[in-house]
Amino acid sequence: MARVDQSKIRNFCIVAHIDHGKSTLADRIIEKTGLLTQREMQEQVLDNMDIERERGITIKAQTVRTVYKAKDGQEYIFNLIDTPGHVDFNYEVSRSLAACDGAILVVDAAQGIEAQTLANVYLALDHNLDVFPVINKIDLPSADPQRVIEEIEDVIGLEAQDAPLISAKNGTGIEEVLEQIVEKIPAPNGDPEAPLKALIFDSLYDSYRGVIVFCRLVDGHVERGSRIRMMATGAVCDVVEVGTFGAGQFIPCDELSAGMVGYITASIKNVKDTAVGDTITDDENPCKEALPGYKEVHSMVYCGMYPADSAKYEDLKDALAKLQLNDASLHFEPETSIALGFGFRCGFLGLLHLEIIQERLEREYNLDLVTTAPGVIYRVYKTNGEMIELTNPSNLPDPSEIDYMEEPIVNAEIMVTTEFIGAIMQLCQERRGRHISMDYMEETRVLLKYELPLNEIIYDFFDALKSRSRGYASFDYDLKGYEKSELVKLDILINKEEVDALSFIVHKDGAYERGRKMCEKLKEEIPRHLFEIPIQAAVGGKVIARETVKALRKDVLAKCYGGDITRKKKLLEKQKEGKKRMRQIGTVEVPQKAFMSVLKLDED
Amino acid sequence: MEEKKKLGIYIHIPFCVKKCLYCDFLSDTADSDVVNRYIEALKKEIGYTALNSIDFKSQYTVKTVFFGGGTPSLMNGEVIADILDSIIERFDISKDAEITIECNPGTVTKQKLDQYKKMGINRLSIGLQSANEDELKLLGRIHDYSQFLDTYSKAREAGFDNINIDLMSAIPGQTVDSYKKTLEKIIALSPEHISAYSLIIEPDTPFYDIYGDDGVTCCDQSSCKYEKWPPLPDEDSEREMYHITKDILKAAGYYRYEISNYSLKGCECRHNISYWDGSDYLGLGVGAASFMNSVRYSNTSDIYTYMKACEKLDKLPTAEYLFDDEEDMADDPDYINMEGYHEAIQPLSKNERMEEFMFLGLRMMRGISKKEFLDRFHTQIDDIYGNVIAKLIDQKLIEGDGDILKLTERGIDVSNVVLANFLL
Repeated sequence: MARVDQSKIRNFCIVAHIDHGKSTLADRIIEKTGLLTQREMQEQVLDNMDIERERGITIKAQTVRTVYKAKDGQEYIFNLIDTPGHVDFNYEVSRSLAACDGAILVVDAAQGIEAQTLANVYLALDHNLDVFPVINKIDLPSADPQRVIEEIEDVIGLEAQDAPLISAKNGTGIEEVLEQIVEKIPAPNGDPEAPLKALIFDSLYDSYRGVIVFCRLVDGHVERGSRIRMMATGAVCDVVEVGTFGAGQFIPCDELSAGMVGYITASIKNVKDTAVGDTITDDENPCKEALPGYKEVHSMVYCGMYPADSAKYEDLKDALAKLQLNDASLHFEPETSIALGFGFRCGFLGLLHLEIIQERLEREYNLDLVTTAPGVIYRVYKTNGEMIELTNPSNLPDPSEIDYMEEPIVNAEIMVTTEFIGAIMQLCQERRGRHISMDYMEETRVLLKYELPLNEIIYDFFDALKSRSRGYASFDYDLKGYEKSELVKLDILINKEEVDALSFIVHKDGAYERGRKMCEKLKEEIPRHLFEIPIQAAVGGKVIARETVKALRKDVLAKCYGGDITRKKKLLEKQKEGKKRMRQIGTVEVPQKAFMSVLKLDED
Repeated sequence: MEEKKKLGIYIHIPFCVKKCLYCDFLSDTADSDVVNRYIEALKKEIGYTALNSIDFKSQYTVKTVFFGGGTPSLMNGEVIADILDSIIERFDISKDAEITIECNPGTVTKQKLDQYKKMGINRLSIGLQSANEDELKLLGRIHDYSQFLDTYSKAREAGFDNINIDLMSAIPGQTVDSYKKTLEKIIALSPEHISAYSLIIEPDTPFYDIYGDDGVTCCDQSSCKYEKWPPLPDEDSEREMYHITKDILKAAGYYRYEISNYSLKGCECRHNISYWDGSDYLGLGVGAASFMNSVRYSNTSDIYTYMKACEKLDKLPTAEYLFDDEEDMADDPDYINMEGYHEAIQPLSKNERMEEFMFLGLRMMRGISKKEFLDRFHTQIDDIYGNVIAKLIDQKLIEGDGDILKLTERGIDVSNVVLANFLL
């Protein structure tokens, strides 16, 4: 079989701000190029997981190969690599971009450029991708394509006058997009005869085939039986199958060669061996150097995850292990809590990643979880010169052993309309932000740059941002580094007993406020007992806030309607059932919910 | 000859002039067509049940009959007489049976009271709730206090010497003082029995819309669609009302025999007690609950389903029920439901009967007897509940007195918490 002609390949992705229609456009492209009939199309085929469909976001990169017959009469192979759409997955996004030669920038005709639009488009330009813009949602009454075109030219500096004006939802203007893909996205130009050099941009664990590696071949070729090596992890294996991507299915082929996007299976047992960003080469005839840009992903956010029913500990362990097969960025190790029993300290890329894992554990594995407050990794420098990376507040050494502590800081970019500047600046200030700059994108919109401590944004920063800007602000960040900080451990005492699962690290200036809010929240959540329960927040043994759950004074069912005992019994059963779902802290029964409710203290 | 078992009969009349704002009982207004059709259906149920389920006459002596509602006194006297006659005809009614009808002021005339007396009713339960006019209006009652006084004096004139008055505390806007006045006014009338309940805001009532779960009136919010409503009494006042009820009534010679019921000695409501002491009772009418031979079941709470099912009863073949063997019954709950209007049929296991013995028995101030537990279940109470009892005694929620276990004052206050401990 003849080798695929590189000049007929277009490898590209779509970049956009969330909700600007990236996945819908992807669906239309797939549909119009005839891979699927409309009837076969499920809404947004590329978003596979339920959670992705529900939240309207892409979590895992998806890739699809279609064939388009252009107006020049030629057939072109389109490899559309759909990138994750959230800041938590920035590294994965960057690797997906590296697998492309060009990108379509989708901008909402009504909303214009947003923070993520900028972040993603700069990321694409950083990877030397040729980017062309598309104006979507022109069917909206509030659409103003001309304004958006000008904005794209002014702010990003991209030529936008001939940008296709489309409605991905209605299928308007898609032909023009397809033609521009052919025209404006460069064809790959690798050397098929050079030593194999392929970029891993994703991988997937399949229980029958092992790990399926998604890769872009830069140079060389690979086929069944080739012995390949992962240059960073050093893993070596024999290729079992190579192929390309249909919509939601794998289509085997004879070989993958330079310029192609496809998959490789090689009886690899663990996704850890196929790290995203690593370079695949031929074991016997390796390329001289790996592709640039590989880095190990580190968890940014940690929390404790405990089974609500302690008997489910092993189930939780199995479920985490299974998820990890598919998600190299998920870390977990066993830990124990006096309040919550046996569980795991888990590390995530960010809060969304945490929420997704939590939801998947609950839905796909039917587990009921109690999660402790997420925290970041603090660096604790001890007086003996030792440095520890702290992921669980309970492990904080005695203050006398601590010289100083550092916390991670991020560079944050927030885009907001001018009327909310005040509110957003105030929010950033409350979260200990350091103002870096403010630039006008256009008359009514500014880009605010702040340095913010990561632990201030992992809780509910995004929600607060949305509510204080009535949804208009958008936000992006990347890790800047570690800085020295005045941090303290805040402990919560329920009926005089310290609850380890509720302890967390906080800046000393915020300790009182947070302690007070936690006490208030716990007071709401802990039911009245037969005795009075003090709830205290303490720093270094000193109580800084207190609330009291008053003793229960009355709980009587008075009427008994016409001898309806069943109803009365149900009430008692409910009471007993409720108790089962409680955690015993000394003599106090604390609902599981209480541990979670303190995660969202800013909801007012 | 073996002694017959005791039976209580409850008859539900689900109609009211107007539904009170706090009421979540099965009752509503209805036009006369529905009322007439319902009464006919009810009589069919009575006839069918007596003929087809158990040989009631040979096995049971009816010790109490209770017309509840709704507002049974809304019916014409003849209607009640008709129903009662059909019961007397088919069941063995004890000579000293307690026969009660619930009355609401504003629906009772001297003529009705005379009719009740004549047909054999010997106890009245009058729904008053409060002697304060404002509070009555707030509750959505159809009567004022003077109408109640009129009803009460006419009842005495008619010769009723066993009268209950229902009272309520924790009414919106009620103060300890106004509640005290209500108690004093009622004591001055010397009824034989007083039921004193604390208002509970139940879901699916207008009060729930207004006060919600947290008891806070929504009237301060712009979204409130109700007229301005006063707040519920605060917890301190509510508790005080609850506690002075017992003290004031005790001083006046009323003793508390059950969590919410007070009476002069010998005037306890025997029907009410039968709910707590594990006796059999037969509920007739829509939504009525029964407890027969250790099986709990209820009639459908949908009035149309109920009426349709009853109307078909004539056409059903005579069922051959054998109620002698409890085990058989427990195995086959379907047989009760042949008529299609019974639901929530639940044969009680031994464990469930033990649970009920405890959580129902402890509602009675006299408490439960350990020996009776042993007699009924052939198991020592401590083998089942030893730990629970020890814990609750330690927490001063129940107290032991020889063979007897009963709730303490504190235990009464939080009785739901206490009683939930006895679920197995």
